[in-house]
Amino acid sequence: MSVSYLRPIVICAGLVAVWQAIVSLSGVPAFILPAPASVLLAIVEDARLLAGHAGVTFIEIALGLLLGVVLGAASGIAMSFFVPVRRWLFPVLVVSQAIPVFALAPILVLWLGFGIGSKVAMATLIIFFPVTAALYDGLRRTEPGLLDMARTMDASRFAILRHVRLPMAMPAFASGIRIAAAVAPIGAVVGEWVGASSGLGALMIHANARSETDTMFAALFVLAVMAVTLYFAIDLVLRRLITWQPETYSSDD
Amino acid sequence: MPTNGTLGQTLDAPSIEVRNARFAYGARPLFDGLDLVLEAGRWTCILGPSGVGKSSLLRMIAGLISGGNGAAVRCGDGSATAGRVAYMAQRDFLLPWLNVIGNATLGARLRGEAADLDRANALLEAAGVGEAGNAMPDELSGGMRQRVALVRTLMEDRPIVLMDEPFSALDAITRLKLQDLAVGLLANRTVLLVTHDPLEALRLGDRIFVMNGSPAGLGPPLEPAGRPPREAGAPEVLSGQARLLRELAEGGR
Repeated sequence: MSVSYLRPIVICAGLVAVWQAIVSLSGVPAFILPAPASVLLAIVEDARLLAGHAGVTFIEIALGLLLGVVLGAASGIAMSFFVPVRRWLFPVLVVSQAIPVFALAPILVLWLGFGIGSKVAMATLIIFFPVTAALYDGLRRTEPGLLDMARTMDASRFAILRHVRLPMAMPAFASGIRIAAAVAPIGAVVGEWVGASSGLGALMIHANARSETDTMFAALFVLAVMAVTLYFAIDLVLRRLITWQPETYSSDD
Repeated sequence: MPTNGTLGQTLDAPSIEVRNARFAYGARPLFDGLDLVLEAGRWTCILGPSGVGKSSLLRMIAGLISGGNGAAVRCGDGSATAGRVAYMAQRDFLLPWLNVIGNATLGARLRGEAADLDRANALLEAAGVGEAGNAMPDELSGGMRQRVALVRTLMEDRPIVLMDEPFSALDAITRLKLQDLAVGLLANRTVLLVTHDPLEALRLGDRIFVMNGSPAGLGPPLEPAGRPPREAGAPEVLSGQARLLRELAEGGR
């Protein structure tokens, strides 16, 4: 128990030690790789600046997540419940995955501007497919025997969806949301790189142009902490809400 | 009209006739031109090896799959079986997010009706799981789960009950107890029990058919003396077991 709490701290300390060792031993200049201490200093000195940009990025991520999960869930349910929707939408979705979403970033900025709209759209786009696929797959995998039983109980298709298939698909849906939580920050930051006046991605681009590498690293650190915290917070909520597991539950051991 | 004590409503269990039924996977029929009569208010058992088509025949009677062109499945009074059938499978299919009462009253929930909680509690009591009403399924043993599944089947209060190897996943002692319980609670209903266990068929069946061959047919029924549930060591059970095993082995050549 105590070891499992200690482990992440030991890993972080080890990584920082390796980082410091590289800086000390190789004599690499600070504008290529700043020392851990100078990054920490940048975080403290630029706390206000970082917090402001982090707030913008967080709003983009949160809105993107919300939109992506809601739209993805809606299309997953629609594909599962309406056969024509499945026949028309599914091939389109699969083919659309061949387009690298990041290549759309300049177009989204062109259409939606330098504000948060283009970043939210970017995050929504990359979240949409994993969420749709996860929920659709979960809905499709309902036990046939369970559906037989529900049909002999004279349940309507909608009642089966609501009371059997959807709750049964929740663990699969939760996996989709976890993936979404992990990739949403990527969408937001890529959007900011392409064109934005605020947000951690924009701050990194500006700092890079002025060779303020320690600020770049500080922004990266804040982004990482934010992304990891978001992921674990969502994971915790999902674990609390969905206590049942699919029938084919396996462990790594 | 026969009644089933205070636990069931007044029942008028019909006989069921299956005429010229056919079921095929691809071009190979599992059975073709199959006829079967389930006598009103009695237990009929179909005994056969795995994959012979027993479950398909049962699902056909439940109205879950079609009997093919020219086939007929109807009650003795000429009406269809739809809406008069309750179905119980080998797996208990308890929904992990509902407690025992919620699972027992699932049918009402699926039909959007108010659940008859008094009757559910009385039936859980009669099935020996009266204390477990608020427990979640994952807190129950396999035998208790199947008792709840039996109560859920009884809550449907249908005159016809179709059971697909409902006790085969249980240990020997639990299986005997649940067989006795089922005979008591399903009195006066038309029951079809599909099983691969000759002992189970002989303990419970008023009429026992062996289903065998490819395409499969039904042999002449065995009608053991005495009333179910018969003792496992009763002479008619022991002699019947020898005959049924012989018939099963002959078809397996």
